[in-house]
Amino acid sequence: MGQADRTTPADLVGATDATHFFTFDGRRVAARPGQSIAAALWTAGILAWRETRGAARPRGAFCGIGQCHDCLATVNGRPNRRACLVTARPGDEVTTQKGHGHAEPR
Amino acid sequence: MIGAACAHYASRAGLHVTVVDRGPVAGGTTGAGEGNLLVSDKEPGPELRLALLSTRLWTELAAESPPDIEYERKGGLVVASTEAELTALRALAAEQRRAGVTAADVPADRLADHEPHLAPDLTGGCHYPQDAQVQPALAAAHLLRAAVGTGRLSLRLGEEVTAVLTEKGGAVRGVRTAKGEIRAPHVVNATGAWGGRLARMAGVELPIRPRRGFVLVTEPLPRLVRHKVYSAEYVADVASGSAALQTSAVVEGTQAGPVLIGASRERVGFDRALSVEALRRLASQATRLFPALARARALRAYAGFRPYLPDHLPAIGPDPRVPGLLHACGHEGAGIGLAPATGLLITGFLTEAEPPLDPSPFAPERFAREPAPP
Repeated sequence: MGQADRTTPADLVGATDATHFFTFDGRRVAARPGQSIAAALWTAGILAWRETRGAARPRGAFCGIGQCHDCLATVNGRPNRRACLVTARPGDEVTTQKGHGHAEPR
Repeated sequence: MIGAACAHYASRAGLHVTVVDRGPVAGGTTGAGEGNLLVSDKEPGPELRLALLSTRLWTELAAESPPDIEYERKGGLVVASTEAELTALRALAAEQRRAGVTAADVPADRLADHEPHLAPDLTGGCHYPQDAQVQPALAAAHLLRAAVGTGRLSLRLGEEVTAVLTEKGGAVRGVRTAKGEIRAPHVVNATGAWGGRLARMAGVELPIRPRRGFVLVTEPLPRLVRHKVYSAEYVADVASGSAALQTSAVVEGTQAGPVLIGASRERVGFDRALSVEALRRLASQATRLFPALARARALRAYAGFRPYLPDHLPAIGPDPRVPGLLHACGHEGAGIGLAPATGLLITGFLTEAEPPLDPSPFAPERFAREPAPP
């Protein structure tokens, strides 16, 4: 086996081991630099971070590549962010999105 | 949708029908629109008569269908932004009322009663309670399912027609697909924007060309838009024959939450490439009507091809040049709305029943004497 066969995705993006933290519904969650919010939540064993608009059913990452819009979360007060595409940043406040996540229009 | 409606009414009338579609149900133009069932955007004439009949038929179909076709008689609100636009809109509404349309003039200071989030500086509008909406892919699927239930419909999806088979005398005797021959004394061309190609397989010209449109889809929002709301410019755009890009805001909410923003028109062949310019104009015109949309984010956009005929009327009925061939295509952007009346007319031709309205303006051979389009 050559050296290239042991290259990991983290190597490819030049990720370092420097862990940082964000919060999910107030709970502290660890993330590595460059890691998406969805990946960090999964790593922490959290699989659902949205409640559907009709029946408030739990949703998390489904396609993981930005297509299905199932993994929407509220990030720093802004709803409908795709957790699988948004990179976790130190101190981010991620909260479970209920329904469409918007206040009633003014 | 047109094919589904033809199959629905024909199988209900006792005929045996085979639906052949090269794609899935609603894989073409049906799946690329907004599901509008409109009388408001039609000038008095044959198309409006077809739309009024369809409005009545859609009410019946919705009563027979499960609620998930999302039929909603939400009404249309057409708004003007200048005095000149309002004068033209009022004149059109007066003519439409004489033709049987219900239309109520709405003064500028009453617009908010209908749509509380409209821009405050519009000059007035017209409310059309007959305008409705369905989820077109689900509606087409349920019409086909009901037809399958009669035991007289067979559905062949993912199968493309490669030839129209004719007798020595020229009459149609079926179609050929990659999987074999399907024999039938009548073939209905319900291939929408691709209707010209199928007509050519039967040896006749039908000058259908694609007129591309984009729909911009926002993130799910709280109830912001109640009716189908569009600017008075839209009626002029629909009636225009220009190939150049035209946009006029058509805004509506959906039961699922996203707001759909149309409507662009341009003739660029079957080019699916995303047009940033078209989307930019749609977004800015929609925001002009509903300022709150400026804070909403667009999730995606989709494109479709309206089947365009030069006189903006569909081709519905038998083709006298090829006995047994009927056309049901060329409805441009109104195919979902006009589908039931089209299906009923086609079924009437097949069963030799009295037509529910005068079909002569839709005669498919009407272009034969004209020179071919450039």
